[in-house]
Parts: sequence; structure tokens; C-alpha cells
Amino acid sequence: MRTFWFTEDCYPDLPNADSYESIRVDLPSSHFDPVRGHELYNWYLDLWGHADEMGLDIMNNEHHQTATCMVPAAPLMLAILARETKKARLLILGNPIGNRRQPIRVAEEMAMIDVISKGRLECGFVRGVPYEAAPANMIPYRGTERVWEAHDLIMKCWTTHDGPFNFEGRWFHGRQVNVWPRPYQQPHPPVWVTMGSRGSGHMVAKHRHVGAVFLAGYSRIRELFDGYREAYLEMHGEHAPFDRLGYLALIYVGDTEATAREGAQKLLWYMTANKVPPHWASPPGYFPPSIAARVLSGRRIGSGIPLEVTLDDQRERGNVFFGTPDQVYEQIREFWEYSGGFGNMLMMGQAGFLGEKDTLRSMKLYAEEVLPRLKALEASTTPAEAWEKSKAIPQREFATQDSVSADFVR
Amino acid sequence: MANKDRTETVDLHGVELKITRKGEGPPLLLLHGGGGPMEALPFADALAERFEIVAPVHPGFAGTPIPKHYDGMPDLVFTYLDLLDALGLRDALAVGVSLGGWLAAELAVLPGAPFSKLVLVDAVGVKHGGPTDRDIADIFGMPGPALARLMWHDLAKAPDPTAQDEKALETMAGNRIALALYGWEPYLHNPKLPHRLHRITAPTLVLWGESDRVVTPDYGRKYAALIPGAKFVAIPEAGHSPQAEQPEAFVKAVLDFAA
Repeated sequence: MRTFWFTEDCYPDLPNADSYESIRVDLPSSHFDPVRGHELYNWYLDLWGHADEMGLDIMNNEHHQTATCMVPAAPLMLAILARETKKARLLILGNPIGNRRQPIRVAEEMAMIDVISKGRLECGFVRGVPYEAAPANMIPYRGTERVWEAHDLIMKCWTTHDGPFNFEGRWFHGRQVNVWPRPYQQPHPPVWVTMGSRGSGHMVAKHRHVGAVFLAGYSRIRELFDGYREAYLEMHGEHAPFDRLGYLALIYVGDTEATAREGAQKLLWYMTANKVPPHWASPPGYFPPSIAARVLSGRRIGSGIPLEVTLDDQRERGNVFFGTPDQVYEQIREFWEYSGGFGNMLMMGQAGFLGEKDTLRSMKLYAEEVLPRLKALEASTTPAEAWEKSKAIPQREFATQDSVSADFVR
Repeated sequence: MANKDRTETVDLHGVELKITRKGEGPPLLLLHGGGGPMEALPFADALAERFEIVAPVHPGFAGTPIPKHYDGMPDLVFTYLDLLDALGLRDALAVGVSLGGWLAAELAVLPGAPFSKLVLVDAVGVKHGGPTDRDIADIFGMPGPALARLMWHDLAKAPDPTAQDEKALETMAGNRIALALYGWEPYLHNPKLPHRLHRITAPTLVLWGESDRVVTPDYGRKYAALIPGAKFVAIPEAGHSPQAEQPEAFVKAVLDFAA
């Protein structure tokens, strides 16, 4: 069991949310104070440095035109970390290759980071959340098809070493593709892809890539993991190893339940700050018409808010784990067994105004008291056993749709 | 019954196009805009008393599928060339609204242009301004009520999305995808079109809602200036859909021009 420690690098110093329509796409950059931004960038880099020292691995990502994430170029942050950290695996989750016009550039950047870090790159590819369509000016229709064509091109870039090849796809073209450098890890760095539906796991499993799921909670995790596991078993004739699946949740560990609750409440900023109106939340073709219709008519929760989320509800749903080390271990174990098991915990451990002291305390408690037990849990069983055991646990249903997973699972 | 609708689906080399006809008389090819088919509106009933209206559904609209190879307007243009051949339609009066106006203009510049006359209604398809000028409102970048304020002279005449049933909303969401497919980038225009509009030989009427703020009357006047001999007519108290908002004035303008 690996744990990739993650902060989305938000810019939290915003006026009251009533004063703006959206935290994404059209929030003026007059709200961004570059002096404060300088402090924050360097602080976030320091936090990842601490993660490395504590034996945690590292995850980062990017978003555009938003205060929820100050990093519009995740490879830049990762390049710094490739140099500043020593042991941690470096997961970028991910490169939004459905929105990128030049996948070859992505292949080049990732290969560089892999070489600089001496083969520590874990390279994720994502379609990107719907609010990314406007900043990228990319039509979301057929976005998944574009992701896989870009994926194929990047993989070929990494694994071709005998001079130029030709690639003339539907969206991406190069007639003399010959990427330098080649990656440090051979034949290529591990690849991760996010999954948002049962069907989306099929292609990920086909390539034996890691399938990652964000905040799907109890209500959807088995649909997504089972989709991957079934496809993997069918195509490869063996069970998917635990390390092929990953799950992202908000995690806060405190010395006492009270301090943990306080920390987790601050972490919840990530969900409550995501105020997005329907036209950014449902650009044309991101969702099929049946779902888009609900978003545009305002009938689906999860857009045009601040989201109404509560800590206890989110813990019950399996999106947030918080408490003392014992409590957090128990919560993750319960979810882990229910889900059928996974080998990668993606720990969103900092958000909003959660400060340095509290963030570091949670990281340390997690690294020293939770992670070893999760490793033992994983080692105590096999993927086949864990999957079988999960099938005997009744599906958990919730009376209301979870706006968070509706917005973030993809 | 002159106004009885007759609907069929034509297979054009693998692209299925749904067509509705109504009325009797010389052919009027009605090319709808981003809102989808409009031959059920009163203006079409009035025109059907003088013409046989031929109203195809652009693939992707009204719940029809988007062909796999489709990427944008050029695909639509070639499907319509196939359609005109299949129907033997050679001398139609073409009336194109918004996106349909763009389509009509693209067809009219081609060799052997198939129309007897051309009416472009609040049409998109060209860009007059520079990079930072927003010639055409970004309809994908605003909430529904804001778009309605740009589209309608009288907001009371705008359809109320909250009054639509699930099925109608799903159709609207599908229309939005199709419109994006045809016009996402370059946004609802073809940079080459202004350099081709001089080829239009059919007499052309550029008809515009005076209160249109999706594409303004000024945009329309400049559009008309690019087409040899084109006449520009503004319809008062109408927005982006004068055919819906001022049907009588709209029909009169079309009939006067067609006469």
C-alpha cells in the first residue's frame, strides 16, 4: 500500500462567495495577490518535501483559471520536486490530455521529469473536469476518444527508440516524431488514468494501467473498481493486483477526535468552495444529453452553489476519513474491504486554510500510525480473496444523491 | 391539406437526415438554427400557404445521431450537397436562420450554387472584428436567462426552460452539443467565408431582428455588404429569432423578397 500525499494548491484568500458567480473560469485574477501567491507556492512545495521525508509519496495536479488550484502547469511543480525530493514516487494526476493540443510535448515533459528524478515518475492522464473546457477552448464532445488517441501517441513516443515514426490520427499529427529524452523507467513510467464509470475502466484495464477514482464514496466505488477488475480478469486471465487501483479521499488525522474534526472541517473547503454555475459545470458534450439536461435545468445538485456538504455526511459516504489514527485506520479498512481492495491511497491532506502545523501533524500521524497498518491489511489477503469478500458486503445506499461525487467522479 | 406535415428519413451515403415537408408550391428550403427544427412555428404555417417547405434536421439536432466522421460545418455542407442531389432540388428559395444561415451561405458560394434566392436570418458564419472583439455572443459561456436576454426583444416570448418536461430538456441538451460540434472553434464562423461570399449570384436578403444581441444588426449589415447586391432589412421589436418573435413581419419580408 502506497499513499500519495496531495494538496491542490488552492488560493484561499477570497472575498465572500456571494460576491462572485463562480470560483472557476471567470473569477478575475485581481483576486490573486502575487506576493501571497509566492508564499503559497513555496509553502506547498515545502509540504511535499516533508511528505518525502516522512516516507509518503507525492501527488499533484493542475487546473486552469481557478482559485481552487493555483497550478495551471503541474509539470513545472513536478520538475521542482523531481530535484528537491529524494525517495517519493511522483504522481501527476494528471495531464489533461483531452484538452492538450500537443501530446508530444506532454511525452517530452514527462520523460524529462522521469530522467531528472531517476525514474520516480508515475504519469497520470485525465480527461479533466468540465470547467476545464472553457479555459482550454476544447469542445468536450468526444473528449474521451481524444484522451485515448493522445495516450496512444504518448506511449509510442516513449517506447520508440529507432528514429522518427509517423502518427496521423483523428486529432493529433506528427510525421517525424522522435522524442528526446527517452524515459528513465523502461519501457515507460507507470501510467494512471482516472475512471468515472463502469465502462471507463475497460480501456484502463486493457493497458494494465492504474485506475484511479476520486471521491466516489461507498455509493459508486464498487461499480468503478469492479468494472476495472472484471475487464482485467477477462483480458489478462489473472486478477488485477492491488497496486492497479487507487482511491482519493480527504484525510485528516489528529491526536484527538476533537482536533481531527477541526482539521477535517478545514479540509472540507475543497468541497464547499467549489461554486460553479451550470454553464461551466456542463459544457456541451461533457455529459450525455440526459445528464446535461438535469444540470442545465438546475435540477441536479452539485452546481451553482456553494455545495452544501457536512463533515459527518461526507465521512459516512466514504469521501472523507478523519479522526485519531485508530479511527482513521478503521474507517479506511472498512472502506477498503467494502471496495474489494486497492493498493494506492491518494490522500488529500491540505486544502483551504488548513495551516502548516495542523497539516504536518496529520501527515506525521498518518505516516507513522496509519500507513503501516494499511500495508499490513493489504499484505494479509490477495486481490481475489478481497474481491470475493467484498461481494458479501451489502451495497450501501444513500437517500440523496451525492453532489460531491456527481461533480468529481470522472 | 396544404399544411399537413410529411416526414421522411433520407439515407445519404450513410448519413440519415430527417426531413419534414409542408405546404404546396415552389420549394423553400428551411435551414434551422441552434435551437433546432422550427417548421412547427406559425411563421412556417404562413409560408406553407405559398411554398412547399422542405425542412431537414441537421444531424445531431432533435435527438438525431451525429455521424461518427462529423467534425464540423464542412461535414454538414457536404451532407446538404448530397441531399440537394437526392431530392433534385435546384431552384429552391433558401431561408437559413442563425446556424442555418451560415450553412446557406456556405452552400451558396459553391460552384453551381443551387438556390434561386437566399434569405439569411440573423445568420452567423463570419467574423468582422479583430481577435479581442466578440462578434458573436458566447452562448456556451453564460447561464440560460442571460442568453435569453440577448436573444429576445420581449423576454415574455422566450420559452421557459423550467416549464419543459424531461424529454424536451434532453432534446435541448442534445441540440446544444450539435451546435457546439458545428461551431466550437473557430467560434460559429469560417474565417475563409468572407473571401468567398463574392461568389454568391442568387439575389440575397439579409433579414435581422433589430434587437438581436447575439449577433447585432451591425454585424448583419456588414455581412450583407460582403454579398453582391444583398439587401439588408431589420425587423423591429425582434431579437435573434424574428421568425418566432415577429412572424407576420418576418413572413411579409420573405414574401416581398420572393415575389
